Amino acid sequence: MKVLVPVKRVIDYNVKVRVKADQTGVDLANVKMSMNPFDEISVEEAVRLKEKGKASEVVAISIGPQQASETIRTALAMGADRGILVKTEGELEPLAVAKILKAICEAEQPGLVILGKQAIDDDSNQTGQMLAALLGWPQGTFAHKLELGDGTAQIEREIDGGLQTVEVKLPAIMTTDLRLNEPRYASLPNIMKAKKKPIDEKSPADYGIDTAPHLKVLKVSEPPKRQAGVKVKTAAELVDKLKNEAGVLP
Amino acid sequence: MTSLVIAEHDNKTLKDATAKTVTAAVELGAPVHVLVAGQGCGGVAEAAARLAGVEKVLVADDAQYAKMVAEPMEALILSLAGNYDAILAPATTNGKNYMPRVAAKLDVPQISEILKVVSADTFERPIYAGNAIQTVQTSAAKKVITVRTTTFKAAAEGGAAAIEPVSAAADPGISKFVSEELSKSERPELTSAKIIISGGRGMQSGDNFHMLDKIADKLHAAVGASRAAVDAGFVPNNYQVGQTGKVVAPELYVAVGISGAIQHLAGMKDSKVIAAINKDEEAPIFQIADYGLVADLFKAIPEMEEELTKLGY
Repeated sequence: MKVLVPVKRVIDYNVKVRVKADQTGVDLANVKMSMNPFDEISVEEAVRLKEKGKASEVVAISIGPQQASETIRTALAMGADRGILVKTEGELEPLAVAKILKAICEAEQPGLVILGKQAIDDDSNQTGQMLAALLGWPQGTFAHKLELGDGTAQIEREIDGGLQTVEVKLPAIMTTDLRLNEPRYASLPNIMKAKKKPIDEKSPADYGIDTAPHLKVLKVSEPPKRQAGVKVKTAAELVDKLKNEAGVLP
Repeated sequence: MTSLVIAEHDNKTLKDATAKTVTAAVELGAPVHVLVAGQGCGGVAEAAARLAGVEKVLVADDAQYAKMVAEPMEALILSLAGNYDAILAPATTNGKNYMPRVAAKLDVPQISEILKVVSADTFERPIYAGNAIQTVQTSAAKKVITVRTTTFKAAAEGGAAAIEPVSAAADPGISKFVSEELSKSERPELTSAKIIISGGRGMQSGDNFHMLDKIADKLHAAVGASRAAVDAGFVPNNYQVGQTGKVVAPELYVAVGISGAIQHLAGMKDSKVIAAINKDEEAPIFQIADYGLVADLFKAIPEMEEELTKLGY
């Protein structure tokens, strides 16, 4: 069974983003970029499936600028076998990404596609579900645990009230949540080896996909700022302030 | 045309998130219908019919909707979509699960987690863990929207909408519910609690969370946690407040032993009053806290409990 893992290049999760003064977006100049953290979890899960002999090949896909090939190299260093870079300019909406991924799935015929549940830049949480719907495949989102059966997968999911297990027929889509696994660091020899692994370069036009956005971003602004308040000296003073000054105790 | 709100419920109770999503739908300016999909969910439909601003409640009562599994939900909503030009769901784990499927099949974008309805086609939504707010305008034929419920007031009671059954759509038959393991608690739910007390890595163990439970019981509060505390296995995943966990905005949020990573702040910075207890006076949580106590939590929490007892809580 082949496993596809789409990975996204995003601002590193440790970077404090700044909104541009002209409100057209956030400042990406000279900012550290990394693989979306949920996608690292996806790559790890796919590589573990391969190590257990349950996956035959792991293909990492990234859709973005030329530099997204670095994100693919990271996946290859973690253990993916080959990469596909779909080169695009500007922002793509999740629906356009899902359409490109659908075309790749039709060509590659994977048994499982593992995606991060959301990218930490646009926080959309859509692509995996959209891809599943376009393919007519089932999904297990926000995955906490994966167990492969015979032509099926049981996926335990993190939901608002706790955990839920669903069974899906393969091929299927899974999106990863934080507790699925702990991604490995690539070792130096594996980083070297990854340089020799093939990355195929494509464009949306190769798949006949129109990536024009449907949403117009009118502006990007700073959220209202909170000011630091006062320091109190004791727990008793804290309770007093909450009760008598803030008036928030019942 | 009309807007359709997909109800969040557990077949017994209509969740507050639905009433808040109705408010967002009303702001679009068109009549609002609510779809209750579940099994044995008649009481939920009656509760939805009482919400002010709701004109009609559609009920799809069928075993395949009992747990709101995404694939049958998609088929059901699509079977009704032709009558609506906006479809809204709360951004709960259910809404996030089925709504993008609906949007993709309608070939329209989804607008995720709106914070505000600017006009019928323009919305504000958070990006980068709420560190930036994006204003987007849609030209799509149909609007598919999930709603961040913390920023909308719940629709009041006082409506008397008609209730109409709708037929189930064919089950796609590619997925099924197996089991669930829900945290049982007598306390209010995180997303609707007026007071939340949350613990972080500083709590050091799951057992130590009982110190927070005692205070929560006195204040009728919910107990939450940072990602670090959940990852460490102190408490289950459904406690997590943050960018990728639950987003909350209670009257009072008490952060205990939480340093205040960007990802945690994203989930609680819209709380009305924030209090923080941390032994590290440089902890970023103090930069947004209204009241900060630099102290060892293992000393401060018992003292706080004692003080509350003294005051009759």
